[in-house]
Amino acid sequence: MADQTLDAKGLNCPLPILKAKKAITALPPGGTLEVLATDPGAVKDFAAFSRTTGHELIEQTVEGNVYRFVLKRKA
Amino acid sequence: MADASGTKSMSIIVTKGTLDWAYPPMILSTTAAAMGLNVTLFFTFYGLTLLLKNPDLKMSPLGNPAMKMPMMGGHMGMPNILSMIPGVDAGASLMMKDMMKKKGVASFEELRTLALESDVRMIACQMTMDLFEYTQDDMIPGIEIGGAATYIEVATQSDINLFI
Repeated sequence: MADQTLDAKGLNCPLPILKAKKAITALPPGGTLEVLATDPGAVKDFAAFSRTTGHELIEQTVEGNVYRFVLKRKA
Repeated sequence: MADASGTKSMSIIVTKGTLDWAYPPMILSTTAAAMGLNVTLFFTFYGLTLLLKNPDLKMSPLGNPAMKMPMMGGHMGMPNILSMIPGVDAGASLMMKDMMKKKGVASFEELRTLALESDVRMIACQMTMDLFEYTQDDMIPGIEIGGAATYIEVATQSDINLFI
């Protein structure tokens, strides 16, 4: 279970990333953020966001048209 | 060139002020800032429009054969001559804004606010302000005014420099 969930369903690029950045920065180091998105571009974008920022992408699943990402705030 | 703390940076020269051209600099700058980069935007010529308090952005299908709007299951371009009719450009702009809203695309103003909130540095070109007779009062708060040398200094220190 992630510490916090961000519902970014229906939002288009770059809003899911921008909102995720805001939410993860509000967490303590090591805290986890679950992001739900329907933008198919989010799959590549969250991977790139994770590699560039160092916030680890620890889970990634898809259910129907909803993509789910779990990010862990870097220490 | 990352600075001493390892932070990377990006600069963009923003030269266009129509609704369609307003998006790339705002999307890239907000995203880069979210990914930890220091970002500077330098607004010159028609790009200056994007800093106005009430920019009321418009676009025109005139001379833009690539602008095909989704319509009745297909895509339709607009003949240049239609753009001459008063109200057609305004209508096309409204249609685009409406389409963006429906597809969950942020409005330009929303992205601009997000950019300022994430410390994207915005510099208005002094020369263009004089040329088009704008004062700082016409512009949103939180911006700086500078010239070419100000931009070049930023560019020499940036990892990514773009011209839009």
